[in-house]
Amino acid sequence: MNRKLLPLTVTIVLFVAMAAFGAIRYEGFLSLQVFLNLLIDNAFLCIVAVGMTFVILSGGIDLSVGAVIALTTMISATLLDAGWNPFAAMALVLVLGAAFGALQGFLIQRFNLAPFLVTLAGMFLARGCCYLISTESIPIDDTTYAAIAQARIPVGGGSSLTIGGLIALAVVAIAMRIAHSSEFGRTVYAIGGGESSARLMGLAVDSTKIGVYLLSGACAALGGIVMTFYMLSGYSLHAVGLELDAIAAVVIGGTLLAGGVGYVAGTLFGVLILGIIQTLIAFDGSLSSWWTRIVVGALLLLFCLLQRLFEGRTPKPA
Amino acid sequence: MKRFTQHMLFWPAITLALLLVASSLFNPSFLALTWRDGHLYGSVIDILNRAAPLMVVSLGMTLVIAVRGLDISVGAVVAISAAVVALMIGGSFSATGEVQSAHPLWVALTTAMAVAAACGLWNGLLVVKAGMQPIVATLILMVAGRGIAQLLTGGQIITVYYSPFFTLGNGFLLGLPVALWIAGSLWAALHLVMSRTALGLFVRSIGGNPEAARVAGVRSAAITLCVYTFCGLAAGVAGLIVSSNVKSADANNAGQLLELDAILAVTLGGTALTGGRFTLAGTVIGALIIQTLTSMIYSLGVPPEVNLVVKAALVFAVMLLQSAEFRQLVAGAARR
Amino acid sequence: MNDPAIVLEARDISRAFPGVQALSGVELTLRAGEVHALMGQNGAGKSTLIKILTGVYAPDAGSIALLGNAVTPRSPIHAQELGISAVHQESHLLPNLSVAENICAGKYPRHPWTRGGGIDWRETERRAAELLASLGINLDVGQLAGGLPAALQQLATVARAVSTDARVLILDEPTSSLDAEEVQALFALIRRLRDKGVAILFVTHFLDQVYEICDRMTILRNGRFVGEYACAKLDTHGLVAAMVGRELAATTRSAATEPADGNAATPPILTARNISRRGQLKPMDIELKRGEVLGLAGLLGSGRTELARLLFALDKRDSGDISIDGQPAKLDHPADALRLGLGFCPEDRKHSGIIADLSVRENIALALQARMGLTKFLTLSEQRQIAEKLVAALGVKTASIETPIGQLSGGNQQKAIIARWLATHPRVLILDEPTRGIDIAAKQELMNEILELARGGTAVLFISAEIDEVVRVSDRIMVLRDRTKAGELPRGADENAVYSFIASHKT
Repeated sequence: MNRKLLPLTVTIVLFVAMAAFGAIRYEGFLSLQVFLNLLIDNAFLCIVAVGMTFVILSGGIDLSVGAVIALTTMISATLLDAGWNPFAAMALVLVLGAAFGALQGFLIQRFNLAPFLVTLAGMFLARGCCYLISTESIPIDDTTYAAIAQARIPVGGGSSLTIGGLIALAVVAIAMRIAHSSEFGRTVYAIGGGESSARLMGLAVDSTKIGVYLLSGACAALGGIVMTFYMLSGYSLHAVGLELDAIAAVVIGGTLLAGGVGYVAGTLFGVLILGIIQTLIAFDGSLSSWWTRIVVGALLLLFCLLQRLFEGRTPKPA
Repeated sequence: MKRFTQHMLFWPAITLALLLVASSLFNPSFLALTWRDGHLYGSVIDILNRAAPLMVVSLGMTLVIAVRGLDISVGAVVAISAAVVALMIGGSFSATGEVQSAHPLWVALTTAMAVAAACGLWNGLLVVKAGMQPIVATLILMVAGRGIAQLLTGGQIITVYYSPFFTLGNGFLLGLPVALWIAGSLWAALHLVMSRTALGLFVRSIGGNPEAARVAGVRSAAITLCVYTFCGLAAGVAGLIVSSNVKSADANNAGQLLELDAILAVTLGGTALTGGRFTLAGTVIGALIIQTLTSMIYSLGVPPEVNLVVKAALVFAVMLLQSAEFRQLVAGAARR
Repeated sequence: MNDPAIVLEARDISRAFPGVQALSGVELTLRAGEVHALMGQNGAGKSTLIKILTGVYAPDAGSIALLGNAVTPRSPIHAQELGISAVHQESHLLPNLSVAENICAGKYPRHPWTRGGGIDWRETERRAAELLASLGINLDVGQLAGGLPAALQQLATVARAVSTDARVLILDEPTSSLDAEEVQALFALIRRLRDKGVAILFVTHFLDQVYEICDRMTILRNGRFVGEYACAKLDTHGLVAAMVGRELAATTRSAATEPADGNAATPPILTARNISRRGQLKPMDIELKRGEVLGLAGLLGSGRTELARLLFALDKRDSGDISIDGQPAKLDHPADALRLGLGFCPEDRKHSGIIADLSVRENIALALQARMGLTKFLTLSEQRQIAEKLVAALGVKTASIETPIGQLSGGNQQKAIIARWLATHPRVLILDEPTRGIDIAAKQELMNEILELARGGTAVLFISAEIDEVVRVSDRIMVLRDRTKAGELPRGADENAVYSFIASHKT
């Protein structure tokens, strides 16, 4: 059991170390609100990364999530503009996101296509549809959305969390339960461990493979909804490159890119680490924001090399 | 006839031909070529010129894919190369129009290419020595590379005013665009290497079965490193063409989505993502298909946003056609 | 009649594939509490029959009756539900999951809805532990399956297969990667299952194992049923005769073909002193002489392949030097070995030998080209010449030299790989299990080839798990045990001498 927890431990230690570094170096870093803001500002990334965790655990990858988020914001904005009930609009985009993911999953499973290519094309398609709807930003002024965007849930000591942040935490909790205690979740791990062996064991490999992409699509749509709360607009250029951040969060969170090993909790910490990097840079004030990209790249490199060492001691999945 | 249709290049060539025919249907003067200002002029020349950077990058990508690898950092390397060359030339505007370059042009060009090659070598080392999956290894540079490019340019768009530099992307030689000459010579050089040396066989062996190739005495590690380095170098050359074309270095946008276009060009041309057999000519055709499509959409007055959707449809179509399961399904349905 | 209850009766099974009749009129009878061997050469139809029993294929004709009821398995899952379980060569456990989870995957015990309905992990572990205990397997069910040695994983896989109340258990080549001790552990498990009344179908090409564990055997040849025999009533000779259809003349080095004994005085062509690799081979010496076949015998895990890989520089050695022709040699990469005139035919031809998509011609020319380097290029016609000559000389059955090598049968692929190395005119050729998985007729041809090679002056290092083969062709036999040299024997030594070296050597 211990060996499996090692990557997760490394991640948590890193997070704590970064938090400590920030606390020592900057005034006012160590406040509850600063940490809650990590979650608030990255709520949509968190939700998407959770969906991505399942995909990567099964040995696949989903490059379309950023584009699906953008498409979700566009469709939401368009529907709200046309007078749709906000909750109906939310329900519809969730269904659409899930369907989009399921379609990708079907192509991948049925025709044995490379997940990288299929979701790449999916990314093109979703982004293209965004542009087709509109190249301009569509503002959202629906009162319900505005209310949700402004709502603050007090957490104590004057700090508060947004609804988006709450949704993110709920998604993480539900995902943890699915990963640990459900047949679907365990089959995901099994596929990551060895698809042919899992098949020979009689596990529902085919439907689970489609299921992870459906889940990822649904999470992307949910992330898109949360982003609309955050941005109050629909824009085709939202979330460009977000899929890479999601993948980085998952990897930094301790999930092996080859699949089969990892925890959803790790992804949460991966997201928080990405958030803390940005916060540290913002607090510093002198470093330009593109240092974030470099630091994330360096962290990704470090974790990937660590994973290689870890993999070297564990027999490779079949 | 059967051998003709089963030739690797058949489908890409037909696709390109159809696109050219369709374009000239929509635009009667599409295939027209005139001689103007001392060079050839026409829509076709335009396509060839714009496709040149993509061709160059895709040629590098072809070899990487052939050894079962992938390089998604090429876009970032384009940006880095553009930034380096722009910095070395210097972007000082002179009212008299007489602009000097901070370094001799050839120094700037070779430095940029050397940096790009170093990026490729970096990727290769991660894959070969650290044993990382190629998509992961190159993902790192893709993420960090743009940051590095932006660091170099200080977040600004550096404009270049040194006119000799513009010939790369805008100049003409013997009537044809210089960029096309660059792409063409790169293709010719690669073709020569493939046909006169054992590199083609070695690359196909490594892509077909890396372990077996090693046992057979092929220096797989060295060759794979060279292939990745070359891919980086190709991206660097493309970066030079691109920045010369727009006379500036834009770290944010240069080479954006280029890796996706390159992979698409390679797969459209007939090289499978699983590695092994590859075709350079197919890649060139693939790059031309993408560019012709883009031009056709633009000239049709269709909003350029449709471009992405069309590319997506193309990728799906190619993937399905390359999938054995799909072909079985279709064959089974056709039999009934 | 003292006939134990018949559990499975397959009658008149036929199955054709495009171009080949894989099975016709085959019958199989499995009885409760009996271990039944399925014998036949490669291509005799064994795997097709198993695939029909497990529902992967449907038979074109014939019937299967389980406990008197007609059944038609539609898929491996369905077959399992009916009570027919199989453990294939490629059944692995999921290394990233615990043993308990591997055993219960797909049939997890759950908490009741009132407690959330999720998987009950404690019950999962309890059930798995109970199952393993009842089979006499000693394992911690909480540990990751990937951390177990291969043999224990095999046992756990078998445990999983029978956890579904299987009446019939099919074991397809279960001992290929096990050493002698591990085989005994597996046999103990098989006997336990047999005593519980399971009908076991055992497929293997190790003839001695058949006689050790099996009660009866069914022999197939060319897709047809040859006969069912009690193991006590049919000896090895009769078994081989039935499988092959004719008596085989054994290959031996006859006195007439012996090379001059002056060979003993010539200096060795390859000398390795003190070579070792941590965890794989303890320091040892080895010498190879021109024109001599050195047989390397030993059990699985004794270090034979590891030694071969060190000699060919496929793995980095931790200590020791290698000299070729008396000169110290720099051997860091297979390309170095190739340049010095060494050749290596690996054990696993699918993984390390053939490049499936390349043509036979390209596969054959590859090593030679690799030695010549990047710039000195073998033209197409040169490659064709070389390939055609060798294909003819070795009798490689292929439609043309342009056929992708992946389409050839296993034996012909092996011949093509040997051709690849012959094209380099090696001075030393290392053959690691060249006859594995090849039918008896092709084996004979290969063995004759090896003798030809040695007669031509090549030093051959011949590794095989089949001691009788080693004994038959070698001029000298080196025996390895536990990753070190156990001893050396001269030509003509019999198998018992080899076995006693393996058995008596104290580390």
